[in-house]
Amino acid sequence: MHGLAFDIAHLLTGSLVLVSFMLLYQGRMFSLLNVFALHAFVLSLSVAWQALVQGAPHLYVTAALALVFKVIVIPVALHRIVRRLGIHQTLEIVAGIGPTMLAGMGLVALSIVVMLPVTVGVDTLAREDLAFALSVVLLGLLMMVTRRNAVSQVIGFMSLENGLVLAATGAKGMPLVVEISIAFSILIAFIVIGIFLFRIRERFDTVDVHALDRFRGERL
Amino acid sequence: MSVATVFWGSVALLAIGFLAAAARRIMTARVVYAACLAASTVLFGVALRHLWFDGDWSYGMELPLGLPWIGARFSLDALSAFFLLVVNLGAAAASLYGLGYGVHERAPHRVLPFYPAFLAGMNLVVLADDAFTFLFAWEFMSLSSWALVMAHHRESDNARAGYIYLVMASFGTLSLLLAFGLLAGADGGYAFDHIRSRDPSPLLAGLVLALALIGAGSKAGLVPLHVWLQLAHPAAPSHVSALMSGVMTKVAVYGFIRIVFDLLGPPEWWWSAVVLGLGSLTSVLGVLYALMQHDLKRLLAYHTVENIGIIFIGLGLALAFQANGMTWAAAVGLTAALFHVLNHSLFKSLLFFGSGAVLTASGERDMEHLGGLIHRMPLTAFAFLVGCAAISALPPLNGFVSEWLTFQAILLSPELPQWGLKFLIPAAGATLALSAALAAACFVKAFGVTFLGRARSQAAAKAVEVDRFSLAAMFVFAALCLLAGILPGVVIDGLAPSIELLLGDRMPVQAYVPWLSIVPIAESRSSYNGLLVFVFIAASTWIGIYVIHRWASHAVRRSAPWDCGFPETSPATQYTAGSFTQPIRRVFGTVVFRARESVEMPPPGSIRPARYHADLRDLIWDVIYVPVAAAVNALADRLNHVQFLTIRRYLTLVFLVLVALLLVLALWP
Repeated sequence: MHGLAFDIAHLLTGSLVLVSFMLLYQGRMFSLLNVFALHAFVLSLSVAWQALVQGAPHLYVTAALALVFKVIVIPVALHRIVRRLGIHQTLEIVAGIGPTMLAGMGLVALSIVVMLPVTVGVDTLAREDLAFALSVVLLGLLMMVTRRNAVSQVIGFMSLENGLVLAATGAKGMPLVVEISIAFSILIAFIVIGIFLFRIRERFDTVDVHALDRFRGERL
Repeated sequence: MSVATVFWGSVALLAIGFLAAAARRIMTARVVYAACLAASTVLFGVALRHLWFDGDWSYGMELPLGLPWIGARFSLDALSAFFLLVVNLGAAAASLYGLGYGVHERAPHRVLPFYPAFLAGMNLVVLADDAFTFLFAWEFMSLSSWALVMAHHRESDNARAGYIYLVMASFGTLSLLLAFGLLAGADGGYAFDHIRSRDPSPLLAGLVLALALIGAGSKAGLVPLHVWLQLAHPAAPSHVSALMSGVMTKVAVYGFIRIVFDLLGPPEWWWSAVVLGLGSLTSVLGVLYALMQHDLKRLLAYHTVENIGIIFIGLGLALAFQANGMTWAAAVGLTAALFHVLNHSLFKSLLFFGSGAVLTASGERDMEHLGGLIHRMPLTAFAFLVGCAAISALPPLNGFVSEWLTFQAILLSPELPQWGLKFLIPAAGATLALSAALAAACFVKAFGVTFLGRARSQAAAKAVEVDRFSLAAMFVFAALCLLAGILPGVVIDGLAPSIELLLGDRMPVQAYVPWLSIVPIAESRSSYNGLLVFVFIAASTWIGIYVIHRWASHAVRRSAPWDCGFPETSPATQYTAGSFTQPIRRVFGTVVFRARESVEMPPPGSIRPARYHADLRDLIWDVIYVPVAAAVNALADRLNHVQFLTIRRYLTLVFLVLVALLLVLALWP
């Protein structure tokens, strides 16, 4: 793979990392959901480009799955949940935006430092791809760790999964079955988490997981 | 095809166990033990045939189980055939004994399913040819024997015994797991063939030796890892105690030999120093512990510790000579060790059968409540006496031969180049002599207090002889003790293929030595003839009896008898187990056991009896185990609040660990 194809693939995966950063500093609920939709959209673009470049038609299915579920179904459902529950619109970040962004940059650097020596001998795109995918995964984890709100933890989890899909598409020859099963497991996880959100809301009048801790009487 | 026979035999044993759990009504104790007897007799026959006819060959088979890239591998070579023979000989006798003893079991469904499983586990350990199968079978053996230990879980102390056994067994398996991990290396070649072809660095080999000593030693009962033996072995039903003490510890010895002699490659000389030191310590401490016990089964269990020490001394000698290229001398040491493995499995099983018979007949294990049983149970007493004489290494029985061979190897130590070993090995020999003498004292006590004198309790006075099956099992083993003692050459020749497999050399062929003598190295050095000693002892005894009866006066005299310190007729005035060992306790006990004696005199005018207290502490328990347990508890208390963190904090922990691991990966050279 040369020239333009490589550059576009690189651009798309790189922008996925960029959108992950955008997720990190969102302070309002709906903008967070919109940025997540953007995240999934960039992912599906990237996967579709890989399908075109690798000549692997089953990756189109993956891209379509990402587009349908993660760009449309899940954000729309989350929008409705947030509306119906009347969840507070501002999000609280535990550590402050500045340090979180710095930590995120450190994680991206770490994943590049880890991945590049490990994958010597693999073609360049796959190397970059894996490094970016690992950063997306780590940023997703970081988001789950730095947010107290249950919805934003769900978003962090979903973006983490996007990173996994990115890694999977970069590695050539991943079977479609695995892809589809991952998509469905994510959907089921979403449903379970959604139900839990409702239950938490019913009990505590908030989806700030902080309330659960207070209820359990634990130290923070 | 013999390996397949053994494998399917073990599977058959497992099936018996499952059936015993599923169909309790049909599978009564008699049926289960008869089936186990049949299976282990067949397996014994296979092992004997392999040793006899094609000892130099090894057969293998592979099944698509276990680790996917290796499969489950089994093989039968001379060494595993020998241990298979030991295992199944013990298993057959224990099953025969169980035919009679098992009928008295109060809760048979707690014993019957696990007993065949335990036998199968031991067989599979010996048969395994890759690390995964070995560890799986090893853990299976541990867990099934744990279930047997817990058979009478409502009795006091049994639950504690089971707990300590479980902790020690898991710890030992963990060590073995690490040892195999180091042996196999990063590429996961867990098949024994692959491990043999590797050449570990000296540091790695030393580490594996230490782990093997901990792993196999904790199962075998090396000091200071012996603490569970005297708790767990007596807690099980007696035929299971016999198996655990007589056979399972030998499977542990097999594990050690397989790892250190076979898989680890050529030894370094300092390995032998470690093994010899531990072996000597184990033998002396084991017998001292045993001497202090008043519980018959616990005494026997502690005594197993001593015998394991003797076996490890033999192994250490073999390592020392092998490291210096003196393979012919190493062959003597290893033969002595393996011979003692066989011997100990014979007489320790016999003695446990005897203690089980005493338990059945009188309901007592405490020697202070026994006595005079030779009149009630003459046959048991005779078999037990043979076992006592054999374990005390009296000629012409088998215990003498293996200890004599060990001493022959010790006498070769001046030819070693290392000065450390030149000093250490005679010291080990001295401790071996000391422990042999103390063992004799120990079994004079065990036999004398239990069977001689007068009954110390009503239960002992009303004891009756046990059933035929139990007696048959005891007499078979007593006969084997005598046979192995007067025909040691046969055993030595039978061991030769195993020795040759491990060391590449063997002891001289004994079959052609005239008059059934054995000559370990050369005629000019030493030789021993068990048959001659036996004939001499038998003939001189008969002549003595004849002379007394023929020429002694037949006139009846009446006189005040020499009362032998026994002027009153109350059984309480006899020697007790405690009083018999008091001198030894005074000599060694103050240091080794921190023994404190005190006499509590009643105040003048009181009619209360004076009381004598002897307080013994287990120093190793106090010094090693109590602090470790305290540290673990303190750590657990500290970590307790980690159980109650918030979800976000758990996620943070996971995240931090992940980042830390990635950092390590990034910074790794």
